[in-house]
Amino acid sequence: MRQRRHSWQALLATTASLTVAAVALTGCGGTATEEKSTPKAAAASFEGKGPINYVSNRDASGAANKSIEEWNAAHPEEKVTFIELPDSADQQRQQLIQNAQIKSDTFSVLNLDVVWTSEFAANKWILPLPADAVPTDKMIPATVNAATYRDSLVGAPDYTDGALFYFRSDLLKAAGIAAPPKTWDEMKTACKAILALPEAAGMSCYTGQFDKNEALTVNFSEAVASAGGTVVDADGKPTVNTPEAKEGLNLLVNGFKDGMFPSDAITYLEEQGRRAFQEGKLVFMRNWPFLHASLSATDGSSQVAGKFDITSIPGTDGPGVSTLGGRSLAISPFTPNKATALEFVKFFTSEEQAQKRLALSSRAPVYASLFEDPAVVAKRPFFPTLLTSLNNAQPRPKVVQYGATTKAIQEEAYAAITGAKDTDMALKDMQAKLTELTK
Amino acid sequence: MTTTTAPPAGAQTGTPHAPGPRKRGNRSPGEGRMATMLLSPTLLVLALVIVYPLLSAVHQSLFRAESGLDADGFVSDVESFVGLANYADLFVGESGRRFLNAFANTTFFTVTTVFLETVLGLCLALAMNRAFRGRSFLRASILVPWAVPTAVSGLLWRWIFQSDGIANTLLGSEILWTAEGNASKLAVIIAEVWKTAPFIGLLVLAGMQVIPGEVYEAARIDGAGWWRQLGSITLPLVKPTLLVAVLFRMLDALRMFDLPFVLIGPGKESVETLSMLAWDESNQLRHGSASAFAVMLFLYVAVVAIVFVKVLGADVTGAKELKLLSKKTARKNRLAANQTQAPADLSTSEQSNSDQKKAEATR
Repeated sequence: MRQRRHSWQALLATTASLTVAAVALTGCGGTATEEKSTPKAAAASFEGKGPINYVSNRDASGAANKSIEEWNAAHPEEKVTFIELPDSADQQRQQLIQNAQIKSDTFSVLNLDVVWTSEFAANKWILPLPADAVPTDKMIPATVNAATYRDSLVGAPDYTDGALFYFRSDLLKAAGIAAPPKTWDEMKTACKAILALPEAAGMSCYTGQFDKNEALTVNFSEAVASAGGTVVDADGKPTVNTPEAKEGLNLLVNGFKDGMFPSDAITYLEEQGRRAFQEGKLVFMRNWPFLHASLSATDGSSQVAGKFDITSIPGTDGPGVSTLGGRSLAISPFTPNKATALEFVKFFTSEEQAQKRLALSSRAPVYASLFEDPAVVAKRPFFPTLLTSLNNAQPRPKVVQYGATTKAIQEEAYAAITGAKDTDMALKDMQAKLTELTK
Repeated sequence: MTTTTAPPAGAQTGTPHAPGPRKRGNRSPGEGRMATMLLSPTLLVLALVIVYPLLSAVHQSLFRAESGLDADGFVSDVESFVGLANYADLFVGESGRRFLNAFANTTFFTVTTVFLETVLGLCLALAMNRAFRGRSFLRASILVPWAVPTAVSGLLWRWIFQSDGIANTLLGSEILWTAEGNASKLAVIIAEVWKTAPFIGLLVLAGMQVIPGEVYEAARIDGAGWWRQLGSITLPLVKPTLLVAVLFRMLDALRMFDLPFVLIGPGKESVETLSMLAWDESNQLRHGSASAFAVMLFLYVAVVAIVFVKVLGADVTGAKELKLLSKKTARKNRLAANQTQAPADLSTSEQSNSDQKKAEATR
């Protein structure tokens, strides 16, 4: 009797610990054992018509839905179903990859973040598009570059995003500075003059996004590019052991050292920076265009409404180089209705549809001409500045193992700006890690 | 001596077995089949949701995707068998450093949070166990942190701990809680203890409520103060419940993931736990090493659970209590037998009586 009880006890304890571990384990088994797709012919033929699924991040504005409804009305035999993915980019990527790994035909047209392009293309989870599929000559060059993998276009640019440099025009005027700074040195000089003003007491000079996050990769890439360097060169080889990269990273490191950035900026993402700027604690800020509306709010929530303006981010010798955000549409090789998918991609990313969506959505189009429409500019006054920023923009490192790459960049850049490592050491380690990841 | 004249129980039912406790092997074949049938759905489900993923993860941990791209820039499709290389990598180089760091964090968080939770949970239980006005309200409000989803409480505490948040305002400090460093460890511990102390508190409270009031009454009459009552009555009597609660919390804390992930953020080494590391690896499609991390975590959790049950004797199934009871009876019998030789008749009759009782109890 006692014997039996004892073995039950052991069994129960084992079961309990098994259950606990199963949770951790299930995330890792599963699809991984599946064989990856067999290589398809590079120039895929787009055949087969019928209903397809369009899988994308959410579009709260309803603009994407409008485009799809219009398509469905015109193509009753080739209906498109809109599948919305979770808000977290990591979860979107995971779902897309899991579907690709089991070669599921559920997702026909994928809406991909620009930084996933290389990974999906190199794994053959998306098809190269025919050369004439999208009017690339009318699009902002950086958006086309971001959707290209090894000289073949694998995505149709959908919308884009670039950095804006927000500045307190009232304080600049008070300090007698005529034009906003174009370089980091000019910004430093301007800050000295402004922070000496009585009305600027307790303010800090500048912030970007420096928390250990994707945003840090963005800010680091911009700093390096603005100093004339690259993180990864055109052949996909890392180049952060260069003097330019060092100069770029030093801009950020010295910003913290000299007290130009508020010391808590190493915990800042977009939102924290917005709050600090909106509460009048900052003179300059690098951020995305979507904040423009809340900063200009005249309902009393923003203390800086009417007191700020925007321009391109600063560089070392002239205007800086923005990194590129945004998304593009790609076609899964596992969908049977590739002809429909291609037609839908052409339709959805056409200038006409982009213009229609602009009425509802604040996402920036990839067609340069749409930025200059007076009606649009009246509604979104930052568009001309954004276009300048985008014309000078660069994609983030185009590497297949983007997840590990951005992590390595964050790790080392964060160590440098918090003073845990000196710039040389951090860049040397970063170069070694990136070399390992891109070999 | 009347017992000897009674017919054996087996005779009435017609089975050839002698009465008394049946041994394992004596089960009739029908009974065994019945037991198998009744248990098989459970075993099947367990096999599907636990054994299969476990074996699959172990299998996966022996493979590694070929790194590098071919001439056209495509990823090779091959996953090659690498034996235990994924495990060997856990102890050398960059991945080794991350693994050991995560291992240390996991252990540190488990030890500190479970200790603090136990102390705090006990205090909560003691407070809740007293009769006073508004007791039910207190009980309900103590449950709130436990009821809040971990991710939500992570966001809540992130808001409290942000650089211009409530924590810094109250302390008058400028601590960067969510940046790398020891402050972030402390933030995780505070949030975790806040969240899970009620769990221990409630389990211990349940244990306290079955202690009969007479015991305390007797202690009071004997002149025992509050501390004496706590040390000699309450704590020893809630110990079995407390140990089970602590075991559950330890197993839970060892696979901590969502709180540091949401509160401090992924990729922050100061708070990276083994689960976060496994998640990160699988997110980067390195399924082999991710599985190796997960298997190591599993082994760690299993070892902790087994050691806890064996060494501290946490009574997970209630088997201990039964053992204790039967030990007591045995000791009583021995005592009775040794007491006096004179009324031998009486002592043997008592023995056979208790033997029969035991037989009935176990039947």
